[in-house]
Amino acid sequence: MNEQGRAVAGSTGEEAAGLAVSDELVIRIADMDKWYGQFHVLKSIDLEVRRGERIVICGPSGSGKSTLIRCINRLEEHQSGSINVDGIELTNDLKNIDAIRREVGMVFQHFNLFPHLTVLENCTLAPIWVKKMPRREAEEVAMNYLERVRIPEQANKFPGQLSGGQQQRVAIARSLCMSPKIMLFDEPTSALDPEMIKEVLDVMIELAHEGMTMICVTHEMGFAKTVANRVIFMDGGQIIEENAPEPFFNDPQSERTQLFLSQILAH
Amino acid sequence: MNDQAMPRAGSVNAGDLPDKPAPGASAGPVAWLRDNLFSSVGNTVLTLLGLALVLLTVPPVVGWAITSANWTGGADACRANPGAACWPFVTARWEQFVYGFYPAAERWRVNIVLALLLVGIVLLAIERTPGRRWIGLFMVVVFPIVSFVLLYGGSFGLPVVETARWGGFMLTLVIALSGIVASLPIGIVLALGRRSEMPVVRLACTLFIEFWRGIPLVAVLFMASVMFPLFLPADVTFDQLLRAVIGVALFASAYMAEVVRGGLQAIPKGQYEGAMALGLPYWRMMRLIVLPQALKIVIPGIVNTFIGLFKDTTLVLIIGLLDLLGIVQASINDPNWSIQSVPYTGYAFVAIVFWVCCYAMARYSRYIEAKLHTGHAR
Repeated sequence: MNEQGRAVAGSTGEEAAGLAVSDELVIRIADMDKWYGQFHVLKSIDLEVRRGERIVICGPSGSGKSTLIRCINRLEEHQSGSINVDGIELTNDLKNIDAIRREVGMVFQHFNLFPHLTVLENCTLAPIWVKKMPRREAEEVAMNYLERVRIPEQANKFPGQLSGGQQQRVAIARSLCMSPKIMLFDEPTSALDPEMIKEVLDVMIELAHEGMTMICVTHEMGFAKTVANRVIFMDGGQIIEENAPEPFFNDPQSERTQLFLSQILAH
Repeated sequence: MNDQAMPRAGSVNAGDLPDKPAPGASAGPVAWLRDNLFSSVGNTVLTLLGLALVLLTVPPVVGWAITSANWTGGADACRANPGAACWPFVTARWEQFVYGFYPAAERWRVNIVLALLLVGIVLLAIERTPGRRWIGLFMVVVFPIVSFVLLYGGSFGLPVVETARWGGFMLTLVIALSGIVASLPIGIVLALGRRSEMPVVRLACTLFIEFWRGIPLVAVLFMASVMFPLFLPADVTFDQLLRAVIGVALFASAYMAEVVRGGLQAIPKGQYEGAMALGLPYWRMMRLIVLPQALKIVIPGIVNTFIGLFKDTTLVLIIGLLDLLGIVQASINDPNWSIQSVPYTGYAFVAIVFWVCCYAMARYSRYIEAKLHTGHAR
């Protein structure tokens, strides 16, 4: 069923979003397992992501979906199997971890902006200290991205002075300033008030249209339907179902998927 | 509830309601007195008791220290009026209180150091000073070296002044500032080490901290002055003051480490993850993200430790170093000044000097806290 899903993903998903996906693999996770102590959180995960793909991961809480994407940039360590990001094998080698983190941007549920720095400084910090970009250039890049997330006028404020939606857009801009090849979104709208969700989703949709490779853990099924070219359903630490959005939502194969969808789409 | 009633018509509120002034309490000093001092029987009793206490204590203290005090003259004037402070004692001994037994001909060296220190502190405290970062670096790195060369001598044709001759307020400052400058960085490293993921580092830092926290400073000073030389080869000598300074600095570092650790624990995990996800390596993450926030949170604790350290320097008295308190103590025993009011005056003087220094630190810390406040939510 998984294989079937993948085959479909290549065609209909793209057509749905009208976006091209290359054949080049940027993430290859093979037979990956992770335990927290004795608790088996991720069970033989296999996942391949191609450049330009937009993948939405959903599932009940505790299903391991956040843990999975946090393994990709080594915020969590996996114990067996392999993760390969853009040709770099994720091992205990700090050099590889740093290299992968430079390629992979991440947006968190609680923004994780640095409250002691201004919005602009939040955005220029990593380019200056990790990429050794001159300050002036880093500020130009940052202003450019702040404009794209539509809050250039807040550049000199502190995160504590912004609304949740604005903070999350700053967090997206901050990640983009490192020109990542892949963006990970860990429930980016879950901590937001309803009227702010749209402004964040709009930014994410724009990003998708620019061809960014994205993996989003989210419960925004509207976003999944319009933007994703693959939806992955996880439960109990496993990938249960994986398909293009249209068949995924209209004709879910697994009972657990059906149950989950019926619960979240009930209202 | 009211099933039978017609469906209620929707209501629309057109336009904004005007802002009303808040219901303020009636203004004026009488109202203030009533609200704050005499709002209930209990409060009235407390107010009157407090007033009585103030009337009982303040006038005598002011009279003793200021109005009926001896401001001029010498020992004879004080002897004639022994019921009030004897400030001429302080004036007469002023130089000794500041310089200890530093040779009079070389005191200009101390003056230069004190002047540099004062200028440095003022420039650093004023926010508009250009190049504050460089001045700060100068004060932490260059100033101690310059101070040592000037105070101790032995190079640039300056005669050596043995540390045994250092004393008074100058010695207090030397010990306190060395302790402060050394204890903060050592404390930070220890705190990071105690939270390290490497078991050996963690164990070493924990042992170090608990060792120094577990013994009294007096014992540390005795060990530094009496025991430590026993472990050295007979021909190696190690300056008494230096030993005391190292002891004080390590002692304060242990306390500082625990204060800093408190700040580190208050930083949410998300801050580490945000920094790591951007690819910041460990030390950069600590320096740019975690420590600025952690240290900001614990400024009150850090300054508290500084103040404690500053006052603890008086304990060096017990290993024979004459700091400000020590030298005042010694001066009191001068037979020429054996007047009833002299010890009180001397101790009052010491108390005032220490209070001014400590209160200045406390105020500055309040100011820094307010300045670093960048909005509520994190």
